[in-house]
Amino acid sequence: MLEIRHLRKVYEGTGRSVEAIRDIDFTLAQGELVCLVGPSGCGKTTLLKCVAGLLRPSAGSVLLDGSPVTGPRPGLAIVFQEYGRSLYPWLRVGDNVELPLRHRKGLSRTERRTRAAEALATVGLAEAGRAYPWELSGGMQQRVAIARALAYRPEVLLMDEPFAAVDAQTRADLEDLVRRLWTERGMTVLFVTHDIDEAVYLGERVLVLSRSPTVVLEQIEVGLPVRRDQLTTRADPEFTRLRTRVLERIRGTVPDAAARDQ
Amino acid sequence: MSGAGVRAALRMGGALLLVVGLPAVLVTVWWFASAGSTSFYEPPLHRIVSTFGRVWTPERLRTDVLPSVLRLLGGYALAGAAGVGCGVLLGSYRTARAVAEPVLELFRAVPPPVLVPVIMLFAGIGDTMKVVVIAFGCFWPVLLNTVEGVRAVDQVADETARCYGVRGGRRLLRLVLPSAGPQIMAGLRQALSIGIILMVISEMFAASSGIGFTVVEFQRSFAIPEMWTGILVLGLLGVVLSLLFRLVEQRVLGWYHGLRGARREGGGGHA
Ligand SMILES: Nc1ncnc2c1ncn2[C@@H]1O[C@H](COP(=O)(O)OP(=O)(O)OP(=O)(O)O)[C@@H](O)[C@H]1O
Ligand SMILES: [Mg+2]
Repeated sequence: MLEIRHLRKVYEGTGRSVEAIRDIDFTLAQGELVCLVGPSGCGKTTLLKCVAGLLRPSAGSVLLDGSPVTGPRPGLAIVFQEYGRSLYPWLRVGDNVELPLRHRKGLSRTERRTRAAEALATVGLAEAGRAYPWELSGGMQQRVAIARALAYRPEVLLMDEPFAAVDAQTRADLEDLVRRLWTERGMTVLFVTHDIDEAVYLGERVLVLSRSPTVVLEQIEVGLPVRRDQLTTRADPEFTRLRTRVLERIRGTVPDAAARDQ
Repeated sequence: MSGAGVRAALRMGGALLLVVGLPAVLVTVWWFASAGSTSFYEPPLHRIVSTFGRVWTPERLRTDVLPSVLRLLGGYALAGAAGVGCGVLLGSYRTARAVAEPVLELFRAVPPPVLVPVIMLFAGIGDTMKVVVIAFGCFWPVLLNTVEGVRAVDQVADETARCYGVRGGRRLLRLVLPSAGPQIMAGLRQALSIGIILMVISEMFAASSGIGFTVVEFQRSFAIPEMWTGILVLGLLGVVLSLLFRLVEQRVLGWYHGLRGARREGGGGHA
């Protein structure tokens, strides 16, 4: 279980401080897939970095299975928004995927290789292991970054707008890949996006974030079937209803959730 | 052959022409301009060349060229190791940088040749003195470039390492050094030219062997064509070392040249 408790983050610069996150509070159950949507610059990346233990929150805390996160910990992987900078250009694709496995105790060289090869095959890049990242297209690089996270076999997977830079078709394929991996592996997934359709299509729940200074505007349960399909799911009236709901919430045309519910 | 292959071949051909072209022209000009020279101090090039084989016998290569080269490599290797080591330290820790900065600025401002007499006092006039002088001069470009390279490690690349638990020595080996690699190699390249200069200078002060020593000896005994052959040897040594350096660099930084090529050809490459 992943708990984010009244998280606040202020970046202290020289003479200037930016309140990226005011107060974010939510909980992810074990094995849940939750999408975070919010406008650009609202602090989504900041939030993920706090969850991963890469940044210290200014206030509040992150609890993973009850214990506070104070630094990076095994069992948690991130797919970064800037995949191009997250893959090391001096390592071949296979070595990039293997890198996080190198210090895993009790994992032999052969097992490492096999795991990396399997992960690459899962994302449809079985042949790319010997290539360098910069020899691949953007979408392929993003899949390598996903493969690296998968080979790590995390319990919690954080994905930061991973498909922002790929074309629509690749994007659809990658979305289905995430759904498939989630159903097969039972990881807890926190998926950040600014695309409302993507959030509704992927998530079991959608958290809508406000503009900066950021709070959670609303949590929306997605009542779509577990098996989803680009054509039928997106044509589902429930899908349309949910995306309208999220959109209205972001645009601010719906009265405050608390006020309406009374 | 693919279009890229042809282009690469053309580029290489062009590069070769560029490399060989100007020296060939200069040598030709020297050859003919000096052909009729009767000046004692500027003998015709053909006399220098015919003297060459007589002077630079295998015996002399062993007694004079080899010691020079060994001292150069010794000093260079020392400077490389120390420069990269200290550079990584200073690049990684702000406090270390703040403490060391003033001292570094001071030492860096001292031209290494003026240290030869000083170092002679401590290290005598033997090989140690020469190696120390060479190492001192080569150290700075390596150090400064390494510091810059280490400081420039990409933030996302670093966060990736932290997230996946890549720490300590492994982080150094897999992230910091490769990432700073292009800068470190640039520093090592500058250091190589400085090293050759200091190799010669240190041998001119006090020595009993070496290329620099030989050139000075010939000059003192008015063996002018012989002296000129010594200068040719130095030039050739410089060329050979810089070619060797290129070879190593191509191997070590293969990824970097590939990456830059891919960026030039327009971002993502093929889909
Ligand atoms: N290292 C930093 N120092 C100072 N301010 C920062 C830093 N990183 C982010 N910020 C600020 O914090 C705010 C949130 O940034 P963040 O990158 O988390 O947004 P985001 O929601 O991920 O945006 P996007 O959708 O564009 O990726 C922005 O106003 C940004 O300028
Ligand atoms: Mg972001």
